[in-house]
Amino acid sequence: MPSALAGGYNWLMKLLYFAWVRERIGRGEETLAVPADVETVADLVGWLRTRGPEYEAALSEAQAVRVALDKVHAAPGASIRGAAEAALFPPMTGG
Amino acid sequence: MRAPIMPRVAVQAAPFDVGAEIDRLIAGRTDFGASVVFTGHCRDEGGRIAALELEHYPGMAEKELERIAAEAAARWPIAGLTIMHRTGKVVPGEVIVVVIAIAEHRREALKATEFIMDFLKTDAPFWKKEHLPDGTSTEWVAPKQADDHARATWGRE
Repeated sequence: MPSALAGGYNWLMKLLYFAWVRERIGRGEETLAVPADVETVADLVGWLRTRGPEYEAALSEAQAVRVALDKVHAAPGASIRGAAEAALFPPMTGG
Repeated sequence: MRAPIMPRVAVQAAPFDVGAEIDRLIAGRTDFGASVVFTGHCRDEGGRIAALELEHYPGMAEKELERIAAEAAARWPIAGLTIMHRTGKVVPGEVIVVVIAIAEHRREALKATEFIMDFLKTDAPFWKKEHLPDGTSTEWVAPKQADDHARATWGRE
C-alpha cells in the first residue's frame, strides 16, 4: 500500500515534466509509487531512468536535468522525503 | 525605515502594454527619482525564426519571480518593482519579459534590474522553442553559459 510515511513503504508522488524532458518521456505528468529506497533527487532521477527507454532518452544527460520539489529548485543530494510533487526539466531559457 | 515594497509579478499569455505598466507603477508617486525599464524581445535570428513558444511551470514560475523580486528588494533600496513574463507563442519584435524598477536614485534601480534579469534567465522555469517560417518547429533553445556566469558574479545566496 502506498504510504506517505517514511520507511518501508512506497509513496505516491506527482511527477511533472517540461520542455524536451516532457517530449522525450511522452507525457507532461503522472503519479508514481516511488520505492522507499529512493531517498534523494539523484536517486529519483536514477530510478526514473530504469522505467523505460523513453525515460533513459530524457534523463541520460544527468547534469542537463534540473529538479524542483514542490516548486522549489532542489540539488541532487536533497532529500525527496515529504515532497508531494517533483518536476524534471532542462536548464531554463526564459527572459 | 522604509516600508517593504509589494512587487507586481505576472505571468501571462496576453501581450504587454509596457507604457501602461510604467504608469501603473508610478501613479501618484513622488518619492522616486529614477525609473529603469528593461524589455526583452523575441528576435528573428536573421529571418530564421517565425515565432518562439514559451513553456512554463505554472505556479513555480510566479513563485521564482516573486523570490527574485524579494531578493532584489532586500539588496537595494528600491521603491517599486514590476516583473512580467509572457507564455505561449510570441512573434519577433514582441516583448517576452519586462522589468520596471523605481528608486530614489538611478544606481539602485539599474543594479536591481540587471540582477533580476540575470537570475530570471537561470532560475525562472521558462523554456523557449523555436518555430520556423515553414510552420515546423525545431529545437528547444539551448541555455547560454554566459547566463550562468552572469548569475555567478552576484554571488550565491
